[in-house]
Amino acid sequence: MFNSSFDAVVPMLCVTLAALAAMGAEAFRARDEKMPIGGLGIIGLVGAGVACALLWNRNTSSFGVIVADNFGLFVTMVLVIVGILTIMFSSQVLEVDNLPRGEYYALLLFGIAGMMMMATANDLLVVFISLEILSLAVYVLTGIRRDDPRSTEAAFKYFLLGAFSSAFFLYGIAFTYGLTGSTRLDRIGAFLAAQSMSDNPLILVALGLLLVGFAFKISAVPFHMWTPDAYEGAPAIVTGFMSTGVKAAAFAAFARVFLSAFEPFSQQWVPVIWVLAAATMILGTVVGVAQSNLKRMLAYSSIAHGGYLLVGLVAANQIGKAAILFYLLAYAITNLAAFGVIAMLASSNDENEELRDYKGLWHTHPALAAMMTVCLLSLGGLPPTVGFVGKWYIFSAAVSSGYYGLAVIGMLTSVVSVFFYLRVVVMMYMSEREGPEPVRPRIARMGMVALTLSVILIFYLGILPTRVLDYAAESIATIF
Amino acid sequence: MDGWLGVLIMLVLGVGFAAVMIGLSVLLGPKNPTPEKLAPYECGMPAVGDARERHSVKFYLVAMIFLLFDIEIAFLYPWAVALRDLGWPGLMQIVTFFMILSVGYLYVWRKGALDWAPAARARNALRRGPRKAA
Amino acid sequence: MLALIPLFPLLGFLFNASFGRRVPKTVSGGVASLVMLASFAVAAMSVWQLAGLPVEERVIDQTLYTWIASGDFVLDLTLRLDPLSAVMILVITGIGSLIHIYSTAYMHDEPDSEYARYFSYLNLFAAFMLVLVLGASFLVLFVGWEGVGLCSYLLIGFWFKKKSASDAGKKAFVVNRIGDYAFILGTLLLFTHFGTLDFRQLADAVAPLPPEATFGTLSIATLLLFIGATGKSAQIPLYVWLPDAMEGPTPVSALIHAATMVTAGVYMIGRTAVVFTHAPDTMLIVAIIGALTALMAGTIGLVQNDIKRVLAYSTVSQLGFMFLAMGMGAFGAGIFHLYTHAFFKALLFLGSGAVIHALHGEQDIRNMGGLKKQLPVTYWTFLIGSLAIAGVPFLSGFFSKDEILFETFAHGHWILWGIGALTSLLTATYMFRLVFLTFHGERREGAIASGSHLHDAPPAMAFVLIVLAIGSVLAGYVGVPHALGGSNLLGAWLEPAFGIMPAAGEEEAGLELMLMAVSSTIALVGIGLAAFIWLKRREIADSMARSFSGLYNLLLNKYYVDEIYDAAIVRPTVVLSTDVLWRGFDVRVVDAAVNGAGTIVGASASMLRRLQTGSVRAYASSLFVGVVLILGYYLWR
Repeated sequence: MFNSSFDAVVPMLCVTLAALAAMGAEAFRARDEKMPIGGLGIIGLVGAGVACALLWNRNTSSFGVIVADNFGLFVTMVLVIVGILTIMFSSQVLEVDNLPRGEYYALLLFGIAGMMMMATANDLLVVFISLEILSLAVYVLTGIRRDDPRSTEAAFKYFLLGAFSSAFFLYGIAFTYGLTGSTRLDRIGAFLAAQSMSDNPLILVALGLLLVGFAFKISAVPFHMWTPDAYEGAPAIVTGFMSTGVKAAAFAAFARVFLSAFEPFSQQWVPVIWVLAAATMILGTVVGVAQSNLKRMLAYSSIAHGGYLLVGLVAANQIGKAAILFYLLAYAITNLAAFGVIAMLASSNDENEELRDYKGLWHTHPALAAMMTVCLLSLGGLPPTVGFVGKWYIFSAAVSSGYYGLAVIGMLTSVVSVFFYLRVVVMMYMSEREGPEPVRPRIARMGMVALTLSVILIFYLGILPTRVLDYAAESIATIF
Repeated sequence: MDGWLGVLIMLVLGVGFAAVMIGLSVLLGPKNPTPEKLAPYECGMPAVGDARERHSVKFYLVAMIFLLFDIEIAFLYPWAVALRDLGWPGLMQIVTFFMILSVGYLYVWRKGALDWAPAARARNALRRGPRKAA
Repeated sequence: MLALIPLFPLLGFLFNASFGRRVPKTVSGGVASLVMLASFAVAAMSVWQLAGLPVEERVIDQTLYTWIASGDFVLDLTLRLDPLSAVMILVITGIGSLIHIYSTAYMHDEPDSEYARYFSYLNLFAAFMLVLVLGASFLVLFVGWEGVGLCSYLLIGFWFKKKSASDAGKKAFVVNRIGDYAFILGTLLLFTHFGTLDFRQLADAVAPLPPEATFGTLSIATLLLFIGATGKSAQIPLYVWLPDAMEGPTPVSALIHAATMVTAGVYMIGRTAVVFTHAPDTMLIVAIIGALTALMAGTIGLVQNDIKRVLAYSTVSQLGFMFLAMGMGAFGAGIFHLYTHAFFKALLFLGSGAVIHALHGEQDIRNMGGLKKQLPVTYWTFLIGSLAIAGVPFLSGFFSKDEILFETFAHGHWILWGIGALTSLLTATYMFRLVFLTFHGERREGAIASGSHLHDAPPAMAFVLIVLAIGSVLAGYVGVPHALGGSNLLGAWLEPAFGIMPAAGEEEAGLELMLMAVSSTIALVGIGLAAFIWLKRREIADSMARSFSGLYNLLLNKYYVDEIYDAAIVRPTVVLSTDVLWRGFDVRVVDAAVNGAGTIVGASASMLRRLQTGSVRAYASSLFVGVVLILGYYLWR
């Protein structure tokens, strides 16, 4: 009964079981009892990671709608890393903010399960369902600090606009189904390749609506308006989680839908994504410069990074496709670590996330300041960090496909972005604090471990990226 | 545009008809308002206080939980119809589905979301020690 | 296995850099020395393994990582052991271990943290040097090349609080950059032409070509590589940094600036021997530069008064000899001299270190004298080293120097041979001037702590001196020439690494014997001359200095090369960069552009951020506008 057709869902099954266990544990937890619920989640995620490793190169599929090809598994692996790091960072945050532990972990894990499903979905409806699963979890996580009006407001805005965009997405699915008679990506692709439909405006409408749905999730300009508010209002670690996990999953589905099903229409969607990419890079960077709140600044920075990923999608040659996956990994680790630092420095009544709160951090928390520097340099794309390698591959893909304009915009915005990353570094090292030292919590060892791991990964992938790049290239080769 | 012409004509006709009808009744209808006619209800009790009353948040919570479980139950119908075709695997799947649901149910129950009155929660609180609201 | 060789010192570096300041000196120094010994053991085993292979298969490759794989361009991080690198790793780890042991005693007066810093740099240097010689491609070599440059800079400026030391560090760094730039250009030129950076593939690609008759691509590329070598190996015109590098601790001078790093240029030419032999014009340039450097440094060495500077110029001079050999195509002879030179020059530097140590930092030989009695171990070992470098028969320097002179003569370059012979004379003279002024006679006026009780080298230092002295005597016997009934084991061992047949035939044995007699005579004459002037009739030296005061001052001031460089290059550069590039271009153009761009970005940022009102309705309408734009584009295209 549980035959091999279940193979492809094993990773998300592991995570779902862990989430259910977390919920059950929370239900039967006495008020002051401490339970290692985070550990439960890590076990589930490690299980998912092992399952991924076992499924690698086997190209299995379940029920025809979930495919565990290398592409999906690579993204699943990224999600596993994101999940484990997030849980490690979270322990201290939950303690300090006194957040409901069981719910937090359960939502986190459900969210990850939804993301994994999205990354491996081979059917537009499954993409939609997974999109909703992960979105609902993330909406609630955004507002999990219920006594904080900003957090609640952020969650509400995110929810409203998310629902709005979901409607467009669903509409796009409906159009696609009406025109091609299927929601399965492979069938849609085959149908579109066989018929010449480029003169049919309705297929373009479908294309556009699907594009809107994805563009919202990866916060591409002009569908990005929710991002700064939601990212700023959510607890820092949740922001880190959703700016990496959600983006990775949405990008995986985006790439899969557009590079496999709608590949015959690349003439039609490339110019639009070109414009989106350019606008996203420019707006994310330029507005990021004007921010004085570190979290909000990183929110704009993550918008800009979405733009770089879109460049990879536009330049979808063989290098570009592998570059997307590598960049996803690079960005996920780096950004999550940066938000982890912010999260660890926040105390219960003051988030300490204004830029000026970071003045002289070097003197009080040298290790944290040093690692934050590494993360920021990696986000800015300076060698020898992973951010540099990621950007290098993205831009070289753009150049080799002839998209010089995008490459130039990308490089210019990278240069500008270095300005605001370095401003934080300067604050941490060179400025002396005036006024009282902000109250900071005791830094948990678990968070430091996670941070150290991230920094090691940042350097490892920055100096010796080949092995992982090979995996990325292999993953891409299996489907497109 | 050939096939759409009929639709367009239909659209124009429909909108036109409605507009004409409303316009005619505004123009032709006799108007002599009296206080009775302007009252919210011509018969029955006049309204007391604001109709937009605040309900207990519990109401929404229960409504939402009801909605959730109601929709899940609705899944049973198509399954029941195709029971024979789906066979044992189908049964296992629906059981799994319900197990997942029951974890949620258990959670909702234990968290006290199903207790309506504050009194009941207070009793619970006495029995199990003070508990943070769900 | 090969990876372990550089890995051990690297681990030592990590240990001392992380925990060095928290552990006692015995631990940090002990760890540093032990990792070097371990590395030496692994190196010896690897070489043993290599020697067990048949002659034509003597290559061990180990690919650690595929570094860059971009399209057709694949770059592996590969280590390669062949006869040439085998000699190098044995020298580096062997002499390196000895110098580490020596340093444990020499640096003992430093505070704990400085002590650990010293050893961490030294270990890091060894790691990079091993990467340099084990690298199988230009890129890996370059990693080591830059790494040793960095360590050299750090160690020259080790006492960075002393201005002269930090200046010397900077000078070494800047001068080396010039060479490195040329080196990169040469590498890239070869890469664009042959599409590979791997030495073996490059050699295979070049081998079938005829030697370039005119000054073509290969000549340009090799010339650029050679300019890189002149920077690293202190040849004209980039030798100026090495004498100043003596500001570093003496064991560093022995290890980096005598035995290993400065020979990297010689090694690099040996490594690309095939390419160089296809560019005869460059080869001639190499030989001429080598000979001129040897002569020039020798003459300067004759009048210097700082014990370490004499040795430094002597090093420059000996490196010139090696380049002379390389330029003659006698790669085996050049590497042979590199190998023997490592022993006796390390010995001499460490001996001078022992003297300086005993005299509490005194380096001026005019304030020394009569140390023979008080420092017997140092004296005898130093004497052996001097005899070896002077080329006295049957010590190591004799065999290697002789081979170089013979090869030069056999190739018909009489003038170069003459220069070489003259330099030999100078070598013998200035070395024994050093010996006599330092160890013989009486302590001179103005000496610090004169008459006080002096300690000879402590056990760790004495041990190393004795081992190196034995090495200086015996090291040459691996390369006894055929003319003396030997079989030139080293030459035969190295031969497959260069891929070139030896040039000189055996029928010229008679000539070789004759030349040997000549150079032995030269060495003895040089020693005799030194004895006559500085032992017997010291006033002659002074009167000569007076009567040839122009020449004397020219030599004492090192041909005014530093001053000429300063006037011709440094000042104009400073003026150009301050007045034109900085005040003119940078401030007016670059800063204006950057600030302008900054202003524009800032202004547009503050405009764009107004769009972010916080109102959900505004956000939703932005979303909707996006939808309308995209669908509009599709429908009304």
